[in-house]
Amino acid sequence: MIDWSKPRLRVTNLKKHYEDRAVLDGIDLEVFPGQIVALIGASGSGKSTLLRCVNLIEEISDGQIFLETEEISAPGVNHDRVRAQVGLVFQSFNLFSHLSILQNITLALIHVKKIAKPEAERIARKWLERIGLGDRADSYPDKISGGQQQRTAIVRAVAMDPKVLLLDEVTSALDPELVGEVLDLIRDLKAGGTTILMATHELSFAREVADWVIFLEQGKIYEQGEAKDFFENPKRDRTKEFLARMANN
Amino acid sequence: MALSDSEVSKAELDRRAFRRSQRSRSVLVAFISTLVFAILVWFGLIATPGWSRVQESFFSWDVAVQAWPRVLDGLLLNLRVLAVAAVLVVIFGLLIAVIRTLKSPVFFPLRVLAKGYVDLFRGMPLIIVLYLVGFGIPGLRLEFLGRIPAEVLGTIALTLTYSAYVSEVFRAGIESVHSSQRLAARSLGLSNAQSMRLVVLPQAVRKVVPPLMNDFVALQKDVGLISVLGAIDAVRGAQIEVAKFANFTPYVLAGLLFVLLAIPTIRLADYVTKRLSDKEQAGVAL
Ligand SMILES: Nc1ncnc2c1ncn2[C@@H]1O[C@H](COP(=O)(O)OP(=O)(O)O)[C@@H](O)[C@H]1O
Ligand SMILES: [Mg+2]
Repeated sequence: MIDWSKPRLRVTNLKKHYEDRAVLDGIDLEVFPGQIVALIGASGSGKSTLLRCVNLIEEISDGQIFLETEEISAPGVNHDRVRAQVGLVFQSFNLFSHLSILQNITLALIHVKKIAKPEAERIARKWLERIGLGDRADSYPDKISGGQQQRTAIVRAVAMDPKVLLLDEVTSALDPELVGEVLDLIRDLKAGGTTILMATHELSFAREVADWVIFLEQGKIYEQGEAKDFFENPKRDRTKEFLARMANN
Repeated sequence: MALSDSEVSKAELDRRAFRRSQRSRSVLVAFISTLVFAILVWFGLIATPGWSRVQESFFSWDVAVQAWPRVLDGLLLNLRVLAVAAVLVVIFGLLIAVIRTLKSPVFFPLRVLAKGYVDLFRGMPLIIVLYLVGFGIPGLRLEFLGRIPAEVLGTIALTLTYSAYVSEVFRAGIESVHSSQRLAARSLGLSNAQSMRLVVLPQAVRKVVPPLMNDFVALQKDVGLISVLGAIDAVRGAQIEVAKFANFTPYVLAGLLFVLLAIPTIRLADYVTKRLSDKEQAGVAL
């Protein structure tokens, strides 16, 4: 499934400082087409910041970011064009509250990708059917459950057909009984070959779907490895502590 | 569907009897208090020694009937000014609000200008704006414009002042839209302007409908001020009739017409405000 010939996303020596504080301190990573990479780490370790830097919502302090062969961190790059190819889904869904579920999905298709409205609606409906929300297309976000909102938010990003999908703890704002349906959607996307970089605190899920796991500690990659190996044989102390702590919760 | 008396328990019957007695008590209390109030008004106003003179010079039916055509004619002018000014105010108010949110350094001078404009016209009494526009613009002697009618000058003055207020309302609305909505739009690749137009503004406008309607009610009254520039509106029409009959009834007539005009808007504003706040509360409950 994974195409190892050339990375879809490549980050080299990425640094992000707020004032004097280094929030990201020299991150190197690669995500290959069809690969799922999980970012784990304590709260405040820099997972969200990393994702936001890749989506160019956050200005970086040093390093480079490449999407396929293009350096998207280069000066003069059109950020809007890049963002249309790098989907980002937030912890808090952030559906547009004045638009219906369907319109939430078609908005960027129509105005960014310039797809004609009927075709955009066809694409949106296809996705809504796929996540079982076909009959809620005309509902407004405040009329559906958190799990349904988050699935809509993910589909809103995926419908743009991004080169890489960034997921930022997409289940952590959900009631426990709603987490499953969102994880199912991500499994479904994996099966479809979507390239995903996701921050998560669902370790068992990361172990199940991720191909590669990166453990962030204070803005640095502290340890990383193949998912199975990473969870079964953590090498370093902090990783072991973190996994033990998460297992107890 | 409420259960009938024969279908419910003794406890519910007692409760119903209690509620009925409470209700009839409320009606009785309201009736007595209205009666007492009416008697007080009677003695306080109508029974005063000057009442009949006041009644004659402020509430004369004959004068009202004769003044009616001119006052009504004037009111139609007020309505025309109101319609034009309201549309212009929404356009300029929105424009100024959006200009003030622009961050790019290119727009620095525009932003400063917009802020200065708002400060100036929020602070300046409307009546002074009316005089300055009403006598200042004709003073420029722009021959190609010909003689500008007083109602046009009045409309310009009202638009200048109200655009400043309304831009502040819009700006508050724009700022009240959570930044995560803009972020979500930008992260999908929508440009700054698209995010504003397609995501932020539609949400902001919804939020500011109640305060906007209040400003509309205020504008409805203030269109009467164009009379100071000599436009023959309801107020000026009334003034002419007052002079003719040496009787103040036409003012009362014009005043009542303005009130009648305002009541539907006020009720609508109340209704919309309540509906929006109900919706917010329902949202919170979810
Ligand atoms: N705008 C900001 N200004 C200053 N510090 C920030 C800002 N955003 C995030 N941080 C800091 O950066 C660190 C990493 O945050 P974040 O990327 O959200 O971590 P995570 O997602 O792993 O919990 C935190 O210590 C946070 O306080
Ligand atoms: Mg985070």
